[in-house]
Amino acid sequence: MADKIFDTYIAEDNLPYEFCPGCSHGKVLGAISNSLKQQGLDPSEVVIVTDIGCVGLSDKYFVTHAFHGLHGRAITYASGIKMQNPDLNVIVLIGDGGCGIGGHHLLNAARLNTDISVLVFNNFNFGMTGGQHSVTTPLDSITPTTSLGSTDAPMDIAGTAKVNGGGFVARATAFDKDLPDLIEKAMRHGGFSLIDIWELCTAYYVARNDFGRKEMLSYMNGMEMESGVLQKTDRPSFQTSYKGIQEQASKQKPMSGLVLETQFSSTLDKPIRIVLAGAAGQKVVSAGNLLASAATLSGLWTSRRADFPITIQTGFSVAEVVISPEPVLYSGIVKPDVAALIAPEGKAKIARLTKTMKKSDTIYFAEGLGDVESSAKQYPLEFPNSAQKDIRKNISALTAGYLAKQLKLFPFEALKEAVRKIQKPKIAEINLGILTCFED
Amino acid sequence: MNNQRREMVDGAAAIARGALDAGCDFFAGYPITPASGILSHMLRELPKVGGIGLQGEDEISSLGHCIGAATAGATVFTATSGPGLSLYSENLGLSIMMEVPLVIAISQRLGPSTGAATATAQGDIQFMRWCTSGGYPVIVLSPTNIQESYHLTKRAFKLAKRFRSPVFIATDKETVMTTESVAESEILSSPEWPDIPDEPVGKPLYPYEINGPIHHYTGSSHTEEGHITKNPEIIADFNERLKNKIDDHTDEISLVKKDMDNGSDTLIISYGISARSMEAAVKELRSNGNKVSALTVYSLWPIPEKKILSSLDGIKRIIIPEMNHGQYRHEIERLANENVNIVGVNRVDTFLITPEEIIKAYHG
Repeated sequence: MADKIFDTYIAEDNLPYEFCPGCSHGKVLGAISNSLKQQGLDPSEVVIVTDIGCVGLSDKYFVTHAFHGLHGRAITYASGIKMQNPDLNVIVLIGDGGCGIGGHHLLNAARLNTDISVLVFNNFNFGMTGGQHSVTTPLDSITPTTSLGSTDAPMDIAGTAKVNGGGFVARATAFDKDLPDLIEKAMRHGGFSLIDIWELCTAYYVARNDFGRKEMLSYMNGMEMESGVLQKTDRPSFQTSYKGIQEQASKQKPMSGLVLETQFSSTLDKPIRIVLAGAAGQKVVSAGNLLASAATLSGLWTSRRADFPITIQTGFSVAEVVISPEPVLYSGIVKPDVAALIAPEGKAKIARLTKTMKKSDTIYFAEGLGDVESSAKQYPLEFPNSAQKDIRKNISALTAGYLAKQLKLFPFEALKEAVRKIQKPKIAEINLGILTCFED
Repeated sequence: MNNQRREMVDGAAAIARGALDAGCDFFAGYPITPASGILSHMLRELPKVGGIGLQGEDEISSLGHCIGAATAGATVFTATSGPGLSLYSENLGLSIMMEVPLVIAISQRLGPSTGAATATAQGDIQFMRWCTSGGYPVIVLSPTNIQESYHLTKRAFKLAKRFRSPVFIATDKETVMTTESVAESEILSSPEWPDIPDEPVGKPLYPYEINGPIHHYTGSSHTEEGHITKNPEIIADFNERLKNKIDDHTDEISLVKKDMDNGSDTLIISYGISARSMEAAVKELRSNGNKVSALTVYSLWPIPEKKILSSLDGIKRIIIPEMNHGQYRHEIERLANENVNIVGVNRVDTFLITPEEIIKAYHG
């Protein structure tokens, strides 16, 4: 509350308003000032956020804090201000033009129920640029951009806020005596509030369309867009809901990295590039992580890339792992040293890579995936007999175990330790069980 | 065997942790591969520390929320990729005009438009610099690996605050989405980079405050009080200041890594993920007895002219690997003596530049 009483919240040094004669904007600014006065707010408790257009000239007329941003985006700035400092009263002054270009922000702020008050200076056309048609221009209106009459259905701004969950929605005209009270109700509402204030643009719309105060009211009736409070809900505001999220989240631990300490050793003397190529659902990436983690536990350096289609649980899944005695500089793989093919989708996906592989390279393939077009040596993935039951469901973990045994990049125990270190206990138990087949 | 602690981490986590450790308390962004990892981390972590993390209805609103929150005192951060940067453009102009500190991670992917979603690239280097109308300078930092992603993100917040300017972290799909083993010590201890002073250049941003002085912020040319003005002298002074506040501090912002080989007449210049291929190539070349110097540019914009020029003594040839059609090469061409032979190594085919390609260019 203000320590002293303010007679007006208008910066009188900047008067008179530069609005056109008869324009309603000055009336609404006066109503806002009166509303702030009757609420007894200190100017520092209020931020006026203005959009672009004639209404955008308004920020300099207020002794409160102010923000003048870009066309259609005023609501987004206001939300940001209110989120950061919920004690501020944040009021958006926006035109019908801003509600058009920023309609997306309007309906989403209503959905979010962010605790800001949006006052729409709705005068049915773009005043600042010469009276072109806007989203609220009535049908058949004559404007410079609809010289034979507007054919677009007018947008119901208040209705849009209403159906999208806006907490407090009202419609009014600039001539309403109780506008300061209505503005106060909107501001006091804990959540998104919007007043669609109908106005006259005397310079353009009124002049071209014989649209005075009387015609505006009869248009309102004809469109069945009644004035007054249209919606008032007690749905929690974003500010209230998010406080709940912060409280819950504060009990959780902050993010931290997965640190692996060297426990094993390795004799690897040059980088090796391994590609695991399978299908979605085979946990290919997880197997790549196991190899990379086992190598890390063995004092080696690794990078692990994952490649899969945008749609998950279908198509290929590829893990590219580089393991090196030195930190990995180049993490790409244009020619793998080792490829393991465990599903037709993966085989097809990396055909380009396997083709580049040379005699000194090795391809391991699951049943039915042999005959790869490549100079590389090709061997079937021969899992121990005791593993046969696991092939269908856990081929990736088996392949990781198989590669660990074949390639001898690190001790087999390192792979088991990786399972224990990086996998959830339940999955680790299953995988450790699977890996025993290599130790029989 | 000496026990070493190594972290399995990707660039997204490193950048998010850098932002959190720098005191970021507000993030708004919109999902886009390959930047969504940063969004997820920030939205999960910020409420834990009393901050706010939000997914906007689009990139425009996300940056709008950030700018609004900054004027109310938040330390803000956002992340996107090239297509999102297109949508950030108008609000970047606003943040330059309002002098709002802003850190933006750009995880580059191969474009234009949806492009080769989602393959890595470095195609937004000029786009970041010229991100909005008017051509006013911004700061762009580019990490080459995960540990630098963490440290440069922290540095970006200091620069944003000091210069009241957007600061970009130019990264890419490969760095953000590849998990690597990183020595824990390289994350815990800062690189030996010169400090950024805390004092703002010019006035600090005064946030809206209850019972505090009244503040007006506007995207129009304005007086010191934040009031719109049409006075040509005030407009000129203001516009000059927006440019000079960064350009006059180029040396302070400049950050490079020089790896000079005495007597080499070839210099390789690179940045970001491609600088790692450069490093691999240099190692290989030297191990085979070749002389070669290398310069990694961390502060892409403003161009660290003095640091680049001072690396050119005795250089007859410059090789510039980058995953675009030569966006930074054009800048080097502008700086270098016309007798210097400038060679690009460029890829826009979804693959990283290989060390072998750079070695091949060296042997020309």
